[in-house]
Amino acid sequence: MRDPASIPDSELGRSEVKTTTCYMCACRCGIRVHLRDGEVRYIEGNPDHPLNKGIMCAKGASGIMKQYSPARLTRPLKRKDGAERGESAFEPISWEEAFSTLAERLGHLRATDPKKFALFTGRDQMQALTGLFAAKFGTPNYAAHGGFCSVNMAAGMIYTFGGSFWEFGGPDLERAKLFIMIGTAEDHHSNPLKRELAAFKRGGGRFIAINPVRTGYAAIADEWVPIRPGTDGALLLALVRELIELGLYDRDFLVQYTNAAELVNQDAASDEHGLFVREGSVPVRPDTFETPDKMWWDRAGDKPVIARTKGTEGRLMGSFTLADGTPVKPSFQLLKERVKDYTPEWAEGITGIPAATIRRLAHEMGVTARDQTIELPIAWTDCWGNEHDKITGNPVAFHAMRGLAAHSNGFHTTRALAILMTLLGTIDRPGGFRHRAPFPRPIPPCPKPPKGPQAIKAGEALVGTPLGWPADPDDLSVDAEGEPIRLDKGFSWEYPLSVHGMMHNAITNAWKGDPYPIDTLLLFMANMAWNSTMNTSEVRKMLTDKDESGAYKIPFLVVCDAFQSETVAFADLVLPDTSYLERHDVMSILDRHISEFDGPVDSVRVPILPPLGESKPFQEVIIELATRLKLPAFTNKDGSRKFRDYPDFIVNFETEPGSGIGFLSGWRGTAGEKFLVGEPNPNQWEMYARNNNHYHHELPPSFQYMRNWNKGYLDWAYRHRMVRFTDPIMPHIYSEVLQKFRLAGEGKWKGKLPPERLRERVKTFFDPLPFYYTPLEWRCSDGHSFPLSALTQRPMAMYHSWDSQNAWLRQIHTNNVLFMHPKVGAVSNFDDGAWVWVESPWGKIKCQAKFTEAVEPGTVWTWNAIGKASGAWGLDADANESKKGFLLNHLISEELPNMVGGASVSNSDPVTGQAAWYDLKVRVTACKPGEAEESWPQFAPMPTLPGQAIGFKAKVRAYLAGRR
Amino acid sequence: MKPAFSVIFLTTLIGAGQGLLIALVLGQFYLGSESGGFFALGGVLALVMLGLGLVASVFHLANPQRGWRAATRWRTSWLSREVLMIPALCALAFLYTLIHAIGWAPVLMTFGNGKTLDLPMALGLLVVLGSVALFVCTGMIYACVRFIRQWASSWTVVNYLLMGLASGFTLAAAYAQIQANALSGFMSGAALVLTVAALAARTFQLWLNARTKPQSTMKSAIGLHHTQIRQVTQGFMGQSFNTIEFAAPGGAETVRGLTVFFLLVAFVIPAALLLAGLPVLAFVCQYVGLLAERWVFFAAGSHVQNLYYQAKG
Amino acid sequence: MSKQLALVIDLNVCVGCHACVTSCKEWNTSGWAGPLTDENPYGKDPTGVFFNRVQTYECGTFPDTETIHFPKSCLHCEEPPCVPVCPTGASYKREEDGIVLVDYDKCIGCKYCSWSCPYGARKFDPVQGVMKKCTLCVDRITDMTIEEDRRKPACVLACPASARIFGDINDPQSEAARAIRENGGFQLMPEWGTKPANHYLPRRKITTILHADELVRVDNPLKAESEKPRPAFNTPTIDGVSSW
Repeated sequence: MRDPASIPDSELGRSEVKTTTCYMCACRCGIRVHLRDGEVRYIEGNPDHPLNKGIMCAKGASGIMKQYSPARLTRPLKRKDGAERGESAFEPISWEEAFSTLAERLGHLRATDPKKFALFTGRDQMQALTGLFAAKFGTPNYAAHGGFCSVNMAAGMIYTFGGSFWEFGGPDLERAKLFIMIGTAEDHHSNPLKRELAAFKRGGGRFIAINPVRTGYAAIADEWVPIRPGTDGALLLALVRELIELGLYDRDFLVQYTNAAELVNQDAASDEHGLFVREGSVPVRPDTFETPDKMWWDRAGDKPVIARTKGTEGRLMGSFTLADGTPVKPSFQLLKERVKDYTPEWAEGITGIPAATIRRLAHEMGVTARDQTIELPIAWTDCWGNEHDKITGNPVAFHAMRGLAAHSNGFHTTRALAILMTLLGTIDRPGGFRHRAPFPRPIPPCPKPPKGPQAIKAGEALVGTPLGWPADPDDLSVDAEGEPIRLDKGFSWEYPLSVHGMMHNAITNAWKGDPYPIDTLLLFMANMAWNSTMNTSEVRKMLTDKDESGAYKIPFLVVCDAFQSETVAFADLVLPDTSYLERHDVMSILDRHISEFDGPVDSVRVPILPPLGESKPFQEVIIELATRLKLPAFTNKDGSRKFRDYPDFIVNFETEPGSGIGFLSGWRGTAGEKFLVGEPNPNQWEMYARNNNHYHHELPPSFQYMRNWNKGYLDWAYRHRMVRFTDPIMPHIYSEVLQKFRLAGEGKWKGKLPPERLRERVKTFFDPLPFYYTPLEWRCSDGHSFPLSALTQRPMAMYHSWDSQNAWLRQIHTNNVLFMHPKVGAVSNFDDGAWVWVESPWGKIKCQAKFTEAVEPGTVWTWNAIGKASGAWGLDADANESKKGFLLNHLISEELPNMVGGASVSNSDPVTGQAAWYDLKVRVTACKPGEAEESWPQFAPMPTLPGQAIGFKAKVRAYLAGRR
Repeated sequence: MKPAFSVIFLTTLIGAGQGLLIALVLGQFYLGSESGGFFALGGVLALVMLGLGLVASVFHLANPQRGWRAATRWRTSWLSREVLMIPALCALAFLYTLIHAIGWAPVLMTFGNGKTLDLPMALGLLVVLGSVALFVCTGMIYACVRFIRQWASSWTVVNYLLMGLASGFTLAAAYAQIQANALSGFMSGAALVLTVAALAARTFQLWLNARTKPQSTMKSAIGLHHTQIRQVTQGFMGQSFNTIEFAAPGGAETVRGLTVFFLLVAFVIPAALLLAGLPVLAFVCQYVGLLAERWVFFAAGSHVQNLYYQAKG
Repeated sequence: MSKQLALVIDLNVCVGCHACVTSCKEWNTSGWAGPLTDENPYGKDPTGVFFNRVQTYECGTFPDTETIHFPKSCLHCEEPPCVPVCPTGASYKREEDGIVLVDYDKCIGCKYCSWSCPYGARKFDPVQGVMKKCTLCVDRITDMTIEEDRRKPACVLACPASARIFGDINDPQSEAARAIRENGGFQLMPEWGTKPANHYLPRRKITTILHADELVRVDNPLKAESEKPRPAFNTPTIDGVSSW
């Protein structure tokens, strides 16, 4: 054997190194792809990329096995004549046939009733494009996966302080001293978070993890605080109470920079009840979204004045009466009253966390925030013209994810967290929470959903955007009777703030024809016949169900995916997508950008390899379809082709003619001399490529903090068209937006009102202050029959990935087991490793139990999306994923019966429509002797599809890139 | 440890072959420097056993074409020494067989008491030395694996020696009976004594192994100062070399069952058969028993690395 | 002392993401030590050659449970028990940097070396029939065509938490030696005298001690909200009863 140092690796075969952006998950690291003789030899983190700075994760390094997976689809397929859906009997067709079939069908729908076309996409990163397509097509029935993922985390925080975690913002671990992570197993920002967490710990920071399960990040926490699922709200409200009781909040911050001191009308008889009182004399300017005439009670003058009037200081507490006799209270006083009974002892009974621990946590947060204040010698000016010679921060940072969000009480829980962060004075300040441009947004952000049936017109584009941010009841997508106009009932009175849509109800509603039947459902990268749906077994039946005439209840189903997923089996038409190494993509500021705390960043993906077989990027499919359908924005006025292909579209598309705003923010202007706004630049792709595929605009330090109220930053953002207004973005301790919906529930709103059956629901859940309520599903069973909470996490090596088809990653997580405390086995009399039945009120599954001490004893949990259907994802029919792996989804109903007036509603948060995955309650019992040691339910094995690349699906794979 | 059939056959076959060689030489000595066809044919039989062992060993090597390289590290590796000793012993045995066959017995040395050392006897002594050395090499291959406490003992060498001798003498007894040779009684008697000795030594090692405590613990394996350490995952859920090579199929129950089996079939029954004057049957029975013994020897070896591979699934 | 390259693995920050596992696999399967074979890659019980794995351990009982992610690869012992037992000399320890390697052209696949490793570090490739193992990416770290700061094992480059420190542990100035010295670095199973070159750094806990006086604060903002209730002017005082 030759000496290992004798020949450099790059001299073995023909070597090339190309850079692009990873897409093994939502993190989107810069990568360098090394090729040998045209085959992928090595994928490494790009050290010159701002996001990952050279580091990589398990998925990123396994990209090779995704590229060369036997699950890859390579040809457009059509369900064979005479074959039934779900049989997976397909014949290959040409792209021309696929396009003409689609163009004909969709063209007819657009000309007659555009809402009969529904487009739902999974965890993709092109929502700006797919949303644009849906809007120009004219259908409101569009959403991505956010509704069943973590919309509560987005909505709860954006409706409170104009930003949230992931792409939108995050914890400033570089300067934090105390970091509290709640309900998080992994994160969008996974590699930077790991890097920062390690540096934080090495720097002596204290890390507390609050989670029912101790895995991943929580493993390295200095303290693990186990909590019962669904009770985080109780904990957070008790923390808020303790901080207020002891005076550990940041008063100056609250008074000046939030609505805490602003006075709320307390006259229950008034139509203005619960709204802020306004002075009324301040003229309305067109470039503001809020008139600055709210009032506070001046401490020295002991009288009401316009808030933030120079020389006055508002009171946070007290009860006052205006000159006209209107009783008023500062919103902070209302918060104090709200949390009065949320004592640590009360929270102990709900969360299982000792009251002393809750008190200590609050004290740690408060004392750290108050006594370890950071001062940066950076001058800045606030929106009221006050000049500051330093930026200060309270070094307590938080991070939270689906553990908080994926409950039917998750919106108010998230609000409670956002308020806790605000009380500590940590919003966009060093050591606390930091925004990522273009956040913060106005509260709520400006885009609005279609406001009624009139927004949908045959042959025309939609009025409004399919998804948006309702500011008051009049923004809802309801008809004259207050009934939904969207297929998923998003933005209806049932789930008014469903800002990411409700994909998890799309199939059920389409099958029921409630609110109306549709014709064509296009699913992109969404495994709705398996792990991306609740109630999987039933949803699979709905996809194959027929009406009396023998026609499928969902007449035409189109699936676009790169892999042979379970959903592909149900398609009438299959469009093979490419891998991420074979396509152009943009991580746009309009969508899921990769901005840093210090300024906006966007990036691109460029093809490293030619598409496998006939696979085609979905973006190209969208552009081609839009062109054939002659959709505005995608075609010239005369209906002729406007864009050659997707790269051409990205360069030349402008949001409006001449707007200068496009998908990419860097190197705009004819010569690439502008950023954010500027004419299309024909060489934009090349310029991105030369800069390691990203554009990073670093803001001056004075624009990097306090951006909710930073005049310099807001002016800069306004001039570069990142925001429409320069008003300060005031955190909503008290949410007037929610109160407006409550007024509608009370019949006091002078606009859209909820149907009678939903009034109580709206009144209850649209509380302007956060409150704790038991998750809705828990009310469907008696608490004794189904005593255990059941939830899922995604392991880091499979987080946001689709990689059971990946020969390397699947060896790490080949099947899932149900983790539980040994007490569960002791109660039901079974041992570690036993096969057990798990039942919920909605279904049952069989799986294998695994004992662990790292779980709250009332909780059982498993790794999500490891269990697969037999034969799917290019795996053998007897692969561990299908024979031992299982899905918890079978136990989760997508609807809860008898919720409003005897009718069922989605198993979701009543405010946002967030799928309440983690509300699930189950019981676990031992299998009887003789029962097969195999997971249940099992499904007939999926056959291999035509064109599936199975050449190397041998018993042995010894991958070595390039010629031997 | 996973019992490899190639190694089971290798060690039992050459063990019997070596034992047979020693039996022949001792028989020759017992008869007083006799030579002739009986020893030549016996030598052939021993060579066949050694040869079959070599064939078995080839199956153990994934790359037997470079097996010759295994002779190069005799300074440090008992395995290398064994690899050298097998052909050396074969060569000696071949010469021994050859001169017995051609009946060439020149006197090499005359001692003071008038006794003489002829070439067959001199070669015979070399063959004995070689056989014993090979027993030591084979035994030491296992005895020097510190990380398997059931093997890391000089009793491993003693047992390899005694079981090889027992089976070799039993084979010699069977051979002598078939040939109706005068040595038949001597061989049967010696075989009986050796079988009982092997039984005693092997039983003693079983007892020892049941008492030894593992030298490493989870604490030292992962360096964590905690009394309750459990493995949750091995880092993979399918299989790996670590879970295949270092684990025996069937587990502890199979080991227990086969232990009783081999104690009876390799020692007790053959001893009875020898007493009953049925050495051929005794050898067949003993060989089967020793195959089981060797399987158990491997399967009962628990390797320190298994500390890192405890979680199933 | 002679140069001894090694990894120092910081259990204090390893979150168990498996980045080191697959980056090792991808570099080495197409590198000098490759291929790293997988059997049943898409079937039942997939079995693969991986030089590095991340295991998970748990200790204690609820709620005082610790979860430990534990990466393990060849420890490149200074007294490697696997080397002298090799009958062919295929296993060797490099003089120049102490890396333990296998020369596949000499390996006969007898697996004897794997029996002589207490750490389970050696991985047999049943297809090529030779023993394989972590090479510390010897073909990367000696490749002068690679930028100097990327001339490290693939696992080290990938690790998002920088939980893997690479360097010469016998050079007191190296980052690796310093990390061992300053953070209580330890070796696995020192009782065997193998002197593993790879070291591990233990968990280090940060706790906060709160003092009661930190909670009774001069800057308590509650003071701004309410003044202490004052008795009315005409209620009695001690002035009414005494003249001293």
